[in-house]
Amino acid sequence: MARAVTTQRKAINTTLAWAVGLLIFFPILWTILTSFKTEAQAISDPPVFLFFDWTLENYAVVQERSDYMRFLWNSVIIAGGSTILGTIIAIPAAWSMAFVPSRRTKDILLWMLSTKMLPAVGVLYPIYLLFIKLGWLDSRIGLVIVLMLINLPIIVWMLYTYFREIPGEILEAARMDGASLREEILYVLTPMAVPGIASTILLNIILAWNEAFWTLNLTAAKAAPLTAFIASYSSPEGLFYAKLSAASVMAIAPILIMGWFSQKQLVRGLTFGAVK
Amino acid sequence: MGRIQLKQVKKSFGDVTVIPPLDLTIEDGEFTVFVGPSGCGKSTLLRLIAGLEDTTDGVIEIDGKDATALPPAKRSLAMVFQSYALYPHMSVRKNIAFPMKMAGMDKAEQERRIASAAKALNLTDYLDRRPGQLSGGQRQRVAIGRAIVREPAAFLFDEPLSNLDAALRVGMRMEISELHKKLDTTMIYVTHDQVEAMTMADKIVVLQAGVIEQVGSPLELYRSPRNKFVAGFIGSPKMNFIEGPEAAKHDAQTIGIRPEHIEVSTSEGLWQGKVGVAEHLGSDTFIHVHGVPGCDPMTVRVGGEIPVHHGDTVFLNPNLDHLHRFDAEGLRIQ
Amino acid sequence: MATQHSRSAARLMMAPAVFLLLVWMLVPLSMTLWFSFRKYLPLRGGDLGWAGFDNYVRFVTSSAFWPSVMTTLLIVGGVLVVTVVLGVLLAILLDQPMWGQGVVRILVIAPFFVMPTVSALVWKNMFMDPVNGLFAHLWKFFGAEPISWLSEASMQSLIMIVSWQWLPFATLILLTAIQSLDSEQLEAAEMDGAPPLARFFHIILPHLSRAITVVILIQTIFLLSIFAEIFVTTQGSFGTKTLTYLIFQRVLESQNVGLGSAGGVYAIILANIVALFLMRIVGKNLDA
Repeated sequence: MARAVTTQRKAINTTLAWAVGLLIFFPILWTILTSFKTEAQAISDPPVFLFFDWTLENYAVVQERSDYMRFLWNSVIIAGGSTILGTIIAIPAAWSMAFVPSRRTKDILLWMLSTKMLPAVGVLYPIYLLFIKLGWLDSRIGLVIVLMLINLPIIVWMLYTYFREIPGEILEAARMDGASLREEILYVLTPMAVPGIASTILLNIILAWNEAFWTLNLTAAKAAPLTAFIASYSSPEGLFYAKLSAASVMAIAPILIMGWFSQKQLVRGLTFGAVK
Repeated sequence: MGRIQLKQVKKSFGDVTVIPPLDLTIEDGEFTVFVGPSGCGKSTLLRLIAGLEDTTDGVIEIDGKDATALPPAKRSLAMVFQSYALYPHMSVRKNIAFPMKMAGMDKAEQERRIASAAKALNLTDYLDRRPGQLSGGQRQRVAIGRAIVREPAAFLFDEPLSNLDAALRVGMRMEISELHKKLDTTMIYVTHDQVEAMTMADKIVVLQAGVIEQVGSPLELYRSPRNKFVAGFIGSPKMNFIEGPEAAKHDAQTIGIRPEHIEVSTSEGLWQGKVGVAEHLGSDTFIHVHGVPGCDPMTVRVGGEIPVHHGDTVFLNPNLDHLHRFDAEGLRIQ
Repeated sequence: MATQHSRSAARLMMAPAVFLLLVWMLVPLSMTLWFSFRKYLPLRGGDLGWAGFDNYVRFVTSSAFWPSVMTTLLIVGGVLVVTVVLGVLLAILLDQPMWGQGVVRILVIAPFFVMPTVSALVWKNMFMDPVNGLFAHLWKFFGAEPISWLSEASMQSLIMIVSWQWLPFATLILLTAIQSLDSEQLEAAEMDGAPPLARFFHIILPHLSRAITVVILIQTIFLLSIFAEIFVTTQGSFGTKTLTYLIFQRVLESQNVGLGSAGGVYAIILANIVALFLMRIVGKNLDA
């Protein structure tokens, strides 16, 4: 809106928006606060908000009881690995769809997306058996591949929408300038699509990081990522609110921090490239 | 060297034929302009020559060698696109260097050619900028620079000036003509603007619906258009066409007379009409005259200024030496 | 608009992605189909031979089947309605001029970063617990009887938890779409005398239709297979057993792979019906 807005109106908007924003954010805030309380304060009645004895004890206990670093490392490898592998496979496919569209392009794209609708649980047992055969059960490589396959359609779709924004003439110019297909993708398309690729990678790291069906069902101890780490608190131990909170914060902190630093790309990525 | 020959070249998209089989020869060093209304297939024809589209049928020869199946990179042609198609993430220097880098040319030679192209195109001060920081005219020059450093057999221009404003367009037109004189390399230039065609071309190819209507030098086309379409397309303002009894007097279905070949008189003349809109350009005045039988309105060019007003009655005297006659098919009658 | 050369290159470059997804789809799918016709009990004798359509009949006639289909559709539908309606309102609010817009936006999208297991655990214990949960405190403060959310209002609670996770996504997409709305259009409507509500229904909402389609498509893909939220909160009790969860129980808890696989085939059919329905809409809207 190019129009000037009264300060009063702006103040009302601001108050309202901040109130709603804080309300939505509150569960996270509350979890963070609780993680610094003692167990007694965590369930005190009435609840204490800020004025309690801040302590780091819960974090120490959680780390001691379950080897946090191992879960974290597994999460990093699984989320990062599957996303990067998926992106490498998706870039050429998205190039094809965006710049050499045929009558079937849209059908292929929709088919790819439809594989995401395949209920995982329907194929859980076969995958389980295959994993035993391949020796992939409770291994990072197995999860990297499964999560890559799960997110591949989304990666292809997002890259496709970003690539379509790049004018085809520039790629034709590269072709006229003597670039081979590999050079065209490597030196012209990819650098131009960096913001879109970054958004795609960020979003898919989050999706893979938070994926909680395959990671729970295909791992035991060795390759278990943070989703399994936190699921172990769903037992009655979860009633220890302060420790549950500390564990929760430890599970989501890496993503929250990453999100904080890459807001712009992430916001773009969160729309799946679907709207501009 | 850059002699390009099209033999029975045809292009269809699915069932739709956009270019029926056509033959065309472009001589080495010639400045050839493809001109026609939008959708006439001129850009497609250029892209066929570039190798950005497959020919459905026929043969394209470059310097006598069959290039029909060669990928664009192997045809030693350079192209300047309508949108300039610069690489936005590279500096001007890197943009110009790109084709040489792809060809694996050694660094020192690259630098030398960049420097000389930049000097010729007035880009020396901008070499380290990104395309986004340049004006339209400068971007255009970078695109040309990127094309000339390769020393291609021929240059292809796809409506390169249509994104520039009017004043710049005139300047760039001259620069491209200048460049052609200097390099003496074959150039193929696509445009919908007949002024560009007339001012720049050695040879004009007029296209309509994928069919070549006429090939010739600008003056040939102006003096003896082969048919009504070419007659109407070449020349500005457009030729007046007169039908009916007036044309029958000259044994033709239609006669054509250019606005600059009609004299205006306030007292007497062959035709009579009322003045409509008069466009005063200073050097010339274009008058739209209403009420001439078989042609309404008739456009007339008068040198300098002339004191006529809306609604005045004027008389028109066509110069019969410059009368064009066309038959029922619209073809020229000799 | 391309040459034969680039078309064949395109096919070649698309091949790995297409091949991988084809394998990923076909291999487990055919195995599931195979198992669904077997009497297969891994802990009680393994593969006990051909079962014909027994598993299919048993699965569909079990008293849990139709309720689970209903539960699935109810959760998907409920979350879609909540997130789209609140998302539109929130997007309009965030589009207004204000101080600290960037920070508010971060606050609003934050739930998307929280893994489902964490969010389910936090909601279950720290908010919805009938004794120590924050809601219980709130209810007591106003003199009301605390509610045992996850057993007394299990579906509502579940829809709320999942909506909280997906609201950021809906809001962000809709906000991006609203920001692309040409303000001259709104001004023109204002000049034409359209009151705010009319402007909303005649200009803003139609402009958002494509974005809403996208929200529905993407969320449905993810919501059809929600698992962790139920696994952590109710374990499928109190009427929250979705088709996904029912199959999960058949396969892993009752260790009846044949029966579970038949259920899997049903789930796939259901997903395909939904998918077909969605693709119809999206296919049309994807190019717009």
